[in-house]
Amino acid sequence: MECVFGLVGNGFAILVADTSAVHSILVHKSNEDKIMVLDSHKLVAASGEPGDRVQFTEFIQKNVALYQFRNGIPLTTAAAANFTRGELATALRKESGSDCRNCDRAVGNGGSGSKGVSVYLQEGLVMVLRTSKSPYMVNILLAGFDKETGPSLYYLDYIATLHKVEKAAFGYGSYFSLSMMDRHYHSGMSVEEAIGLVDKCIIEIRSRLVVAPPNFVIKIVDKDGAREYAWRETVKETTAPLA
Amino acid sequence: MKLDLSGFESTPPLFGASDGLSHGFPTAPSFDLPITGDFDGFQKEAVQMVKPAKGTTTLAFIFKEGVMVAADSRASMGGYISSQSVKKIIEINPYMLGTMAGGAADCQFWHRNLGIKCRLHELANKRRISVTGASKLLANILYSYRGMGLSVGTMIAGWDETGPGLYYVDSEGGRLKGTRFSVGSGSPYAYGVLDSGYRFDMSVEEAAELARRSIYHATFRDGASVYYVGPNGWKKMSGDDVGELHYHYYPVMPSTVEQEMGEVSGA
Repeated sequence: MECVFGLVGNGFAILVADTSAVHSILVHKSNEDKIMVLDSHKLVAASGEPGDRVQFTEFIQKNVALYQFRNGIPLTTAAAANFTRGELATALRKESGSDCRNCDRAVGNGGSGSKGVSVYLQEGLVMVLRTSKSPYMVNILLAGFDKETGPSLYYLDYIATLHKVEKAAFGYGSYFSLSMMDRHYHSGMSVEEAIGLVDKCIIEIRSRLVVAPPNFVIKIVDKDGAREYAWRETVKETTAPLA
Repeated sequence: MKLDLSGFESTPPLFGASDGLSHGFPTAPSFDLPITGDFDGFQKEAVQMVKPAKGTTTLAFIFKEGVMVAADSRASMGGYISSQSVKKIIEINPYMLGTMAGGAADCQFWHRNLGIKCRLHELANKRRISVTGASKLLANILYSYRGMGLSVGTMIAGWDETGPGLYYVDSEGGRLKGTRFSVGSGSPYAYGVLDSGYRFDMSVEEAAELARRSIYHATFRDGASVYYVGPNGWKKMSGDDVGELHYHYYPVMPSTVEQEMGEVSGA
């Protein structure tokens, strides 16, 4: 199952994600890249429902790009993280069509234009149930590098909790990688040390997690920008070059 | 979330009515939901009613010569098999195919709708839409209907300017690019045969045989059809009856008699 984690080192931040696309017991794909390069110096690793994951991260990516086009300067990592949190929090409490509201209209008056099903709760209080879910079921790790503040890592879960952290993890892999990082992490790690720790986490997940994903992708962001660092693969998808 | 209902219109407008704010963006109309106290129950009933394509196996893979697409051709409604000749491979245009698993009506309707959108793209841009673009059109529509009871599991396969393309798209809004997919309840069985027999440098005939065999082992005794998409569009390779395929793969052998009953002599 899903394993996403990341940490901040000396002048860089690293994100790691599994690359499995799973439907019930079937692995549809084992090289799905779940870490998006948000802009030149930002990375977003997301786990959650596949549809939401792609739609939400692309939405954030496009809006961050739009901000840069309009203002000529990119958002800082902190600004991008707070923007993302804001969008997630808004979607979380949004009900498409109508809100839960005090309403004097009768039950069953749903034909008057509200999209949803009216349910009688109390005298005069009608709640319109959402029929298309608007919350995004995504957990996000956002890593970035700014000239002023250096590398940073933000933890953002699906209920829109935002934390600035040094190390973080989501999914079943977090049970193993969090303790691993608590034990072996120290501030100001070099890239070699950090990758060593990342590999320790991956080995632990692979050996102890019953539903361990076979492949991982590692991405890094530092003063030179955001980029792919390496893959850790035990299963190769196919020999076929992707078109 | 607004819904894209352009598919329900007889002539889908390229651009919606401009109100100044959303100029150039297609407007998305919406519709009212049924008035019922138990919406979950209603939805469940409705899904059961329009969900005939059970026991489905569809598969597609990219290889040296292009994309091979195959599917069985059985449609069942509950316990009984309602048709043995359902076309689960939908021809979107001469260069693109879609496969059908899940709700038959949902798949047929939205593939037809996708076909329209692809043709309009072709007319507007003087070039065929890429497989990437087409699959994303479909994925975005399905995402906007998410949680409303659509049941679609499809692969969009085709040949565009970048060569062969293959995407998996489902009604949960998922969209995956890949080289080898199988969808439907028979897909685990099909994957077994497909993964073990797959090589990138297969000939068209070898690939068609692998596709046919994968479907055969997944469905055992149904119809199956195999398509190949190459640089010059798709071509139907075969429409076999798997009942016959079974005897082709496993010819009836005269079994040797282990022991014969002898005459009991005397008494």
